[in-house]
Amino acid sequence: MSPVSPDVPSSGAPSSGASNRPQWPDARGRFGAFGGRFVPETLTAALDQLSAEYEQAKRDPEFQQELEGLFKTFVGRPSPLYHAKRLSSLVGGAQIWLKREDLNHTGAHKINNTLGQALLTIRMGKKRVIAETGAGQHGVATATACAHFGIPCVVYMGAEDVRRQKPNVFSMKLLGAEIRPVESGSRTLRDAVNEAMRDWMASVAETHYIIGSVIGPHPFPMMVRDFQAVIGRETRAQSLEQIGRLPDCVVACVGGGSNAAGMFYPFIEDTEVRLVGVEAGGRGASAGEHASPLSFGTPGVLHGSYSYVLQDEDGQTCDVHSMSAGLDYPGVGPEHSHWKDSGRVDYVSCRDDEALGSFDKLARNEGIMAALESCHAVAKALEVAATMPADQHLVICLSGRGDKDAMELARLRGESLE
Amino acid sequence: MSDVDVLFARLRSEGRKALLPFISAGDPDIETTAAIIRTLAEAGADMCEVGVPYSDPIADGPVIQASYQRALESGFRLSQLFELGESLRSGSPQPPLSLPMVTMVSYSIMLRTGIEAYVRRAVAAGYSGAIVPDLLVEEADEAARICRAHDFSLVQLVTPTTPRDRQLRIAELSSGFLYVVSVTGITGERRELPPSLLENVGWLREQTELPICIGFGISGPEQVRQLAPVADGLIVGSAFVRRIAAAHDGRAAMLEDVKAFAEELIQAMREPVGLASKRTQ
Repeated sequence: MSPVSPDVPSSGAPSSGASNRPQWPDARGRFGAFGGRFVPETLTAALDQLSAEYEQAKRDPEFQQELEGLFKTFVGRPSPLYHAKRLSSLVGGAQIWLKREDLNHTGAHKINNTLGQALLTIRMGKKRVIAETGAGQHGVATATACAHFGIPCVVYMGAEDVRRQKPNVFSMKLLGAEIRPVESGSRTLRDAVNEAMRDWMASVAETHYIIGSVIGPHPFPMMVRDFQAVIGRETRAQSLEQIGRLPDCVVACVGGGSNAAGMFYPFIEDTEVRLVGVEAGGRGASAGEHASPLSFGTPGVLHGSYSYVLQDEDGQTCDVHSMSAGLDYPGVGPEHSHWKDSGRVDYVSCRDDEALGSFDKLARNEGIMAALESCHAVAKALEVAATMPADQHLVICLSGRGDKDAMELARLRGESLE
Repeated sequence: MSDVDVLFARLRSEGRKALLPFISAGDPDIETTAAIIRTLAEAGADMCEVGVPYSDPIADGPVIQASYQRALESGFRLSQLFELGESLRSGSPQPPLSLPMVTMVSYSIMLRTGIEAYVRRAVAAGYSGAIVPDLLVEEADEAARICRAHDFSLVQLVTPTTPRDRQLRIAELSSGFLYVVSVTGITGERRELPPSLLENVGWLREQTELPICIGFGISGPEQVRQLAPVADGLIVGSAFVRRIAAAHDGRAAMLEDVKAFAEELIQAMREPVGLASKRTQ
């Protein structure tokens, strides 16, 4: 693979004992050129506190044991690595495996991160949690973790997403969370992040903000990646056990990029494993029709970090489109930007209609309904698998289950569930 | 020295405090913004902070955020910010405006244009500095260097959550003045300001020669009377933006309202606290 970007920071990125490659992020929260902290000064103290607390927790065996215990008994981990044999023969290429994050409690990978951050909330002595959500999966996972620990929880959600994701909105209410619909801007995930940040600015002393993806100011991109890295660690071990070696290719969908970061990170040094991230291509490649900042964006600052973003020539964030609320976001985690520029991960864009087609293939051939977000990974993975020989292996991160999308699928197909 | 430095040197020698109104560029349109700035100058404001509309302003409260959104929806482009400055300075058809102006701009916008290019264009358009609310001191070295080279003030902010050793670092890198954020939270009017504010400003005074301006949460003459004695200047944003947004009776009435409000604040600033409290007794 190509070397990581040459601007190794003078502050000295810690390097692992095993290799001389720098471990990202550095002390300033940079992944190569990307990441950092671009937030109002008011938040600095809270971010410093969070960084310090997280560094301690990471090294605290008790914290790790508690989290692993929850993963096992509350989430249902490890999630299976499933050999999709019928789908593999249908495609006629590589053997296709599914990492079943859809089988986790709450139906997606999001719970891995919210349990970790809820534990940190308690450790920091904070009494209230806020979160943003797009598809509602992170909102449900946050509400679940907060209910589990007895922490009051407020979830910001774009008004347009509240409409698209009614089942999840209702679930969050049932779990005791307060939903605050956001009417500003494009009324989607990006606006929900803005509102959550504003809340946090005023409530930072007693509130922790559980960001749902590998976005935002340092240490969030690193911390969320680390909590999600259980996906990649398990996949790696399961591949060695079930396949007898590492897979040849791993594919995951990328909105903010948390399931992909968690899946890819443990494979980064395994350069023989091809990594493919799939962004939401929406209705096509023209501006405003997609949500693919890595494919079509430029580096800039959004929501506290420097990363690829869809912006106009003045630096105003562009409106984006994806049928999938969880991918409908104009930015992406800074580590993905670094992986793109260093060439370690290939990023491609998948249109709404392509993703929809893969939903049916998976449902009818394997009996698995995938979340619309995950269908983007499935669609592109099938294309890649078709070009590979039958003795090669490809793993798809099936990040979530599709039940939540029933209403939206019916609407897209012009069917009524009433 | 930038115009900001010149202004505060003069005010200090005269024993006066500055009123710094904030308004959003392009809300409701750029011509009206020019008229508002001229009105503020006539009313006796000492400097104008011109907010650059941004699609995702996380430091701003609902009033300024809505104002930015209106400006963007009515087609605000960054080039209009510079044209606004040029037209006010060139003084055609009206006489040239000498009121110092600084831009309040998100780093996202500055970075897209390029820091050097942004500063060059701003200087050429007659702006004297920038307040960049999402540029922390750790990331500000390059911007500070470029701004210094162009005599363009780079105003940095300290907040109630900033530890004192960090306040010193920020004061060291800041130029023009030091922006002291009065409350923990976003911009917007507040009824009460925290008591620790006065104490911290007193401490800062002993640490830095830089003029100190207080902003966030200042809603009217009461707070101005309270804060003017300790500060070199006061920044009032949402209270102006709200008046501009409420201009249902047309532009002339809105400009009158803005003028009257600025005059009321300036009056309050010049009245010592003791005198004002005697009067209200």
